[in-house]
Amino acid sequence: MQPSDMSAVDLVTAVRQGDLTALRATEAFLERIERLDGQINAFLAVDREGALRTAAAIDAKRKAGKALGPLAGLPVAVKDALCTSDLPTTCASKMLAGFRPPYDAEVVARLRAADAVIVGKTNMDEFAMGGSNENSAFGPVHNPWDLTRAPGGSSGGSAACVAADMAPVAIGSDTGGSIRQPAGLCGITGLKPTYGRVSRRGLVAFASSLDQIGPMARSAADCALLLETIAGHDPGDSTSLDLPVPAYGTDLERPLEGVRIGRVPAHFGAGLDPEVAHAVEEAFAAFRAAGATIIDIDMPHADAGVATYYLVAPCEASSNLARYDGAHYGHRAEPGKGHRAEPGKGHRAEPGSAPASGGGFESALVEMYCRSRAEGFGPEVKRRIMLGTYALSAGYYDAYYAKALKVRRLIRQDYLDAFEKVDLIGGPVSATAAFKLGEKSGDPLAMYLVDLYTVCTNLAGVGGISFPCGFTKGGLPIGFQLQAPALAEPLLLRATDRYQHLTDWHRRRPAIAARPR
Amino acid sequence: MTATPTAAAPFTTVIGLEVHVQLQTRTKLFCGCSTTFGAPPNTHVCPTCLGLPGSLPVMNRTAFELAVRAALALDCKIAPFTKWDRKNYFYPDLPKGYQISQFDLPFSSEGALEVVDPKGALSRNVRITRVHLEEDAGKSMHDEAAGTGDTRIDLNRAGTPLCEIVTEPDLRSPQEARAWLNELKLLLVYLGVSDCNMQEGSLRVDANVNLHIPCDGGRIAKTPIVEIKNMNSFRSVERALVYEVARQYEEWLATKAEMGKTPKQTRGWDDPAGVTRAQRHKEESSDYRYFPEPDLVPVTVSNEWLAATREAMGDPPSVLRQKLAATWKIPAYDADVLVNQGRELVAYFEDLAERVGEGKVASNWMQQDVLRTLNERGGSIDAFPVRPATVADIIGRVAKGDFDTSRAREIFAEVLASGRTVDAVVASMGIAAVDDDELITLCRELLAENPRVVADVKGGKEQAAAGLIGQAKKKNPNVNPGKVRAMCLDLIRQM
Repeated sequence: MQPSDMSAVDLVTAVRQGDLTALRATEAFLERIERLDGQINAFLAVDREGALRTAAAIDAKRKAGKALGPLAGLPVAVKDALCTSDLPTTCASKMLAGFRPPYDAEVVARLRAADAVIVGKTNMDEFAMGGSNENSAFGPVHNPWDLTRAPGGSSGGSAACVAADMAPVAIGSDTGGSIRQPAGLCGITGLKPTYGRVSRRGLVAFASSLDQIGPMARSAADCALLLETIAGHDPGDSTSLDLPVPAYGTDLERPLEGVRIGRVPAHFGAGLDPEVAHAVEEAFAAFRAAGATIIDIDMPHADAGVATYYLVAPCEASSNLARYDGAHYGHRAEPGKGHRAEPGKGHRAEPGSAPASGGGFESALVEMYCRSRAEGFGPEVKRRIMLGTYALSAGYYDAYYAKALKVRRLIRQDYLDAFEKVDLIGGPVSATAAFKLGEKSGDPLAMYLVDLYTVCTNLAGVGGISFPCGFTKGGLPIGFQLQAPALAEPLLLRATDRYQHLTDWHRRRPAIAARPR
Repeated sequence: MTATPTAAAPFTTVIGLEVHVQLQTRTKLFCGCSTTFGAPPNTHVCPTCLGLPGSLPVMNRTAFELAVRAALALDCKIAPFTKWDRKNYFYPDLPKGYQISQFDLPFSSEGALEVVDPKGALSRNVRITRVHLEEDAGKSMHDEAAGTGDTRIDLNRAGTPLCEIVTEPDLRSPQEARAWLNELKLLLVYLGVSDCNMQEGSLRVDANVNLHIPCDGGRIAKTPIVEIKNMNSFRSVERALVYEVARQYEEWLATKAEMGKTPKQTRGWDDPAGVTRAQRHKEESSDYRYFPEPDLVPVTVSNEWLAATREAMGDPPSVLRQKLAATWKIPAYDADVLVNQGRELVAYFEDLAERVGEGKVASNWMQQDVLRTLNERGGSIDAFPVRPATVADIIGRVAKGDFDTSRAREIFAEVLASGRTVDAVVASMGIAAVDDDELITLCRELLAENPRVVADVKGGKEQAAAGLIGQAKKKNPNVNPGKVRAMCLDLIRQM
């Protein structure tokens, strides 16, 4: 069996047992990246040299009889929203083109400590804003199942590289569905953990109260392996939970007898593609066959999810992205004529004092800010910064941001109420299978609706997983989503794993991934 | 104090202060970088205080504790639940594009600090609106060297913990504002909250001032509020306010402009010129788009923690003054002088008073000798070479009659100057106790040489004996004047 056909669990076992070298495993995936990524554009940076060096070091370590980390020899692709000290971190934005952080994100540090091999940084929607990966400043990612279609977003590169076997596992981040939706559209398994389960330190912030890093892989078992390494308390992230990390891989095989899965009838309303609806209902039937009970439940405020999300996330983003002003790092517009600062016209802004307008220094400064940001950010990022700035402004705050927080609490309560009756909530990830590149890119509102089934999970701070549950007649994967109460990742992974033992949707590979004869 | 208009000042001055105090923590508010002043630019920085992508803040618990200590000493209510907010604005010394501050739920509010002056000239309770915690910005240095016009940014200060203390407009004169600031500084230094070094920017003051002017028919005209900035000493604060009060009154006489009709103005104090200058109009609603900081968790304060913090913080100066006066039976004025010099000097005093056994004597020595020479020499009391045991030794010898107080002060000065022991100094100065036989002989000589004095004393004018003291000292500088006087009177009575 080729390393690229092996599961992550089998890969690390083979490396540990000496049946496979880390170097051989890494080379196999690098070879696929070289062969395929020209068509897919899943990677913004591939670290061939670094990956081979790391792999060789792991093999040497094993040879010397030293203990190996739990991910020893496992190639991992990392979304370009996570800081890496040895590779550029751009968030697929011109603003951060070539930016090299001086530190590793906590998750990256944990991967390295576990002896994983980071093969490269994956493409994404700029600053994780988007659901199609078309908002990348470095070109869209193409869906491996149909290169004319979008892979979903924002972790489209991570989803596509796993789908095309260019990496056995990848790291994504999910603010409103950015792991689960592309996983669904690319036919892989992606988990958004409970808010606080995985440290956000070093994840370039989009919306701090919603962002969460998670694993993307070909199966629940592989996600469990990766999650075990990246989850856990980080004293450097005040919002990370100081709770023990369960052994996610050990409880996967327990049958689902007695597990209650909620089904929300409203999910099956207008807008849901009939092929998707059919595959999702079939998945419920499979869960029932596996011993679970399916119970219809109501999520009364789910309708307001997208509206709430598109206030909370842009508000936080407008502030999080203020630091990209050209003053300290990142893209800075070249000074034009007459934009030089005039000496002595400035003032010192102390805390509590208003930044003044007027004066030569200020006008040159504001000019630099405006032009740097106008040039550095793409249209969707600007749109969200403007939305958020507007919604936080005096006179609008109560009507928009404050109201959104109230609705967010109601949505959170919906989940608490639902989880009194059921253990999991199932349903579609997206209303349709992968759409054509360009199909929605001119219509921001249509694009925002692709988040319909996923944003509430983030607003409530709970966990969710997405995995393939069928294919359209045209051969595109269809995703199923399970959501669980806070910290119920073991149940999410177990239910998915049980389903994946009954079905083989997750084993299907796109034609492009087939090895050349 | 002029709380109401008088003939001298036909208006009431209304002043409120906004004080920013850097907390005396080892590290910054949200990262582990050092807060030491004066390091080369941009050397005390990390991803968090540089605002690099992906960096996150973690609250410094010591900073929070120091801030709570200050608020408790200012008699503030401490909120059981407090949160952080982002104050959004663009400026190059604010690398994140927002300042982490506290907006609608500050950790404390509704306090008060009295202006205390035992001379009785000033005494007023100044209400504190709120005290909140926030991070400092970096420093922008506008290089005004010809031709360049560059602005240099030093982010060493970015993220340093700042406590913002806002008063109600309760101060009624520039002098009172200065006295209040002195008291505030003393308090914060006592509690170890801040070193309050204005030169290093550890304490910054902005003052809001306007005048309430009685008009015909009992109406009160209020002049537009002016915010004064750029004052770098308490003396500047007083001078700036004096100037501003006069300027506002003149302007009112000329224009009759009242509050609300013109926007609030910010004026900068030009210390060398001694004037305030209009800086710019403060926009009525600068929109900082405050919202809760999602990268930090709210802080809950338990009663147990609060009690422990209160316990650990020690007495504020106002309490210490009373305790000192009561324990050592010294006048309020003495207690005030001692306490105002700081906690270390009070400890020195208490050590001395304990050894001497008499508070007032110890207090006199502190004020006349220790403090005077300490001020001349500079440095801290802890480094002062003459320790309480030595001073007590000298005072003890005076009590025994070895020498008089003026001699004792010379000895003190010599011990301080030479670093030698009291015994050594006494020996080198030829100071030896004068025994009674020597004293009788000396007094007999004196009386023989001064028949006039003898006659006067016999005639009932005992005070005439005072004239003998100087002559006695000339004969032998070691004689005790009291003993000479008593002995002479005795001898005259026996004549």
